[in-house]
Amino acid sequence: MTGEPPRANLPRLSLHVPEPRFRPGDEADFANVEVPPAGAARRPDPGDKPESFHELAYGLIRVLDDEGRAVGPWNPRLDAETLRTMLRNMALVRAFDERMFRAQRQGKTSFYMKSTGEEAVSVAAAAALAFDDMCFPSYRQQGVLIARGYSLVEMMNQIYSNKGDKLQGKQLPIMYSAKDYGFFSISGNLTTQYPQAVGWAMASAAKGDSRIAATWCGEGSTAEGDFHSACTFASVYRAPVIFNVVNNQWAISSFSGFAGAEATTFAARAIGYGIAGLRVDGNDALAVYAATSWAAERARTNQGPTLIEHFTYRAEGHSTSDDPTAYRSAGEPNAWPLGDPIRRLKQHLIALGEWDLERHAAMDLALAEQVKAAQKEAEKNGTLGHGLHQPMETMFEGVFEEMPWHLREQQAQMLAEWKAAGL
Amino acid sequence: MEGSGTLNEAPTTRMNMIQAINSALDVMMARDPGVIVMGEDVGFFGGVFRATAGLQAKYGKTRVFDTPITECGIIGVAIGMGAYGLRPVPEIQFADYIYPALDQLVSEAARLRYRSAGEFIAPLTIRSPFGGGIFGGQTHSQSPEGIFTHVSGIKTVIPSTPYDAKGLLIAAIEDNDPVLFFEPKRIYNGPFHGHYDRPAANWSNHPAAEVPEGHYTVPLGKAAVVREGQDVTMLCYGTMVHVVANTIEELGNVDAEIIDLRTLVPLDIETIVASVQKTGRCVIVHEATRTGGFGAELSALVQERCFYHLEAPIERVTGFDTPYPHSLEWAYFPGPIRIGEALKKVMRD
Repeated sequence: MTGEPPRANLPRLSLHVPEPRFRPGDEADFANVEVPPAGAARRPDPGDKPESFHELAYGLIRVLDDEGRAVGPWNPRLDAETLRTMLRNMALVRAFDERMFRAQRQGKTSFYMKSTGEEAVSVAAAAALAFDDMCFPSYRQQGVLIARGYSLVEMMNQIYSNKGDKLQGKQLPIMYSAKDYGFFSISGNLTTQYPQAVGWAMASAAKGDSRIAATWCGEGSTAEGDFHSACTFASVYRAPVIFNVVNNQWAISSFSGFAGAEATTFAARAIGYGIAGLRVDGNDALAVYAATSWAAERARTNQGPTLIEHFTYRAEGHSTSDDPTAYRSAGEPNAWPLGDPIRRLKQHLIALGEWDLERHAAMDLALAEQVKAAQKEAEKNGTLGHGLHQPMETMFEGVFEEMPWHLREQQAQMLAEWKAAGL
Repeated sequence: MEGSGTLNEAPTTRMNMIQAINSALDVMMARDPGVIVMGEDVGFFGGVFRATAGLQAKYGKTRVFDTPITECGIIGVAIGMGAYGLRPVPEIQFADYIYPALDQLVSEAARLRYRSAGEFIAPLTIRSPFGGGIFGGQTHSQSPEGIFTHVSGIKTVIPSTPYDAKGLLIAAIEDNDPVLFFEPKRIYNGPFHGHYDRPAANWSNHPAAEVPEGHYTVPLGKAAVVREGQDVTMLCYGTMVHVVANTIEELGNVDAEIIDLRTLVPLDIETIVASVQKTGRCVIVHEATRTGGFGAELSALVQERCFYHLEAPIERVTGFDTPYPHSLEWAYFPGPIRIGEALKKVMRD
């Protein structure tokens, strides 16, 4: 199929294959990333029509400036106690991530996923939502669970698939499910939760309820058909749902260009569907909080869905099975122009006179102890190890509400095999 | 007819299969405010096959509504509604269109109970017309049931009469697990006897078209013995139940026992085994393609459980492993000729 094309007088076509700016060994320099000043984006009324604020899908809503001041119309004006709670929850997520990452490296479990650098995206959103709003997370929103006060021991039991795991070792580590905490069962398949969140929100609206739904996916998986099905449904029925796209720049080794970032923003996806779109500094807890509150108000007043792109950076690997130094510049995390979300909120609280370095250090120490104690408690139930913490016959339970004959038969066969093997 | 036993007392009406399905939806929507009907064209219009006619006018637009044309979205949204506590009955307009929803069905609906250890369930009933014989070409004729019977965590139900369609659909809606309810559209308006060149029949003279007006169930996982016989067991479902019954009647020389499986998962293995152990012969008939089809599973099960009772190799009569052809539909369709040949082989030994 090579050689002179049949119509040689026409220009030759060429295929564009995106390439990230930096690869291993390159010096990362994000000078090209446009970072508008904090406070510059206007804040429309939550009742305004989406077409009246399209520019917000292309800009970047920022509240915290470089000096740690909260500025502009999106400043949520939170009291110091709320700010300290958010800071503490973000720090707790980081401490938890560190500990569990290490536990995986120590062979105590098969898999873990950190959310380092993205803590604000989930913790600040959880702070802005009502406790009984339903969350349909992807796999990096442990911050929602932690912010809602879910037990660290329960999380670890799940990570270890141990005998305390209330998911009975049936699900990959970190794929939590916590119905009482408004946290939908996490799927490993990408963006399937998007239409599900819309369905939950539609049901809430159809029943005249007041609760709304929120869901999260990464920028990479906005390419999935489910994302677009969800946007269409949400637009058509004006579903009370908040779509969060966590644009952390990397989907395993594929940079955001493979999801369309070279052409436009992810918030701009909203425009085609006629739904509200906001692009937010995802490392700015106050901006995330403000945007989520605004979107929640729209949803609660039957103004329909909002798509929020959280512009952030995945500071570490995709998971414990990933080595990001194999495909991206090691300098990227430090060069990232939006800083670290915990450091920025800490700086803000200090600037307000509501926090200081000593208290922060003491908090970090206390959180590390809290996580360590939780880990000790969870490990009493065992770590993954050989994996056989649950009675073997439970493997067949929960496929259906009632176990049909073919599963009963397979269950009996398995037990007989083990018995015959003398185990 | 096996059912909840109300057949004799309850007022009945003659219904074709569409009307019986409509009646099942009506009964369930009246009984349970959580039952929601959704799908392409199901609302004001009442569905391209009229199965949901009149429901929107009766129950309102928030319980019966049209959806965007995205099967992935339809099933995903239905799962979310189920998680909220509703009991959605989404329609996929043709089974041939179900593939965009495969991930939501296989990885989500079928796995939700298991992966959340029962915290969340997907009590969905997905209705979808399937099968050929209507000159629908390759995109309106497929029988994809074998794709779903392979998936753990989902039930597959296929009725063959108006009575069963209503009773099974009600049982499916009341079931707390996801159920795929494939409706054999060739027999919506009347039983099909396998002869494309003869006048179409309607349900008016069929005993199973006498359908109770109210609530009753036909239990999932129970087959029906349509005809008792001594010579050979015929395993079939949907349209093929009628084609097989008519072929046996026309042949007149084979005393076949015909089993309408009605539910493929969970399968009524007891009825199958008892029959084959009695007859010693087995012919499996389905319209779907052959390789890896549900007939292969049936054949394996019968072999495993009835080997020493078998007097001849098990025969499979199926569609061919080609796309469903348009103009050659009646060469593809496993009709009386192919069934007759299989019977000759199985009875010869």
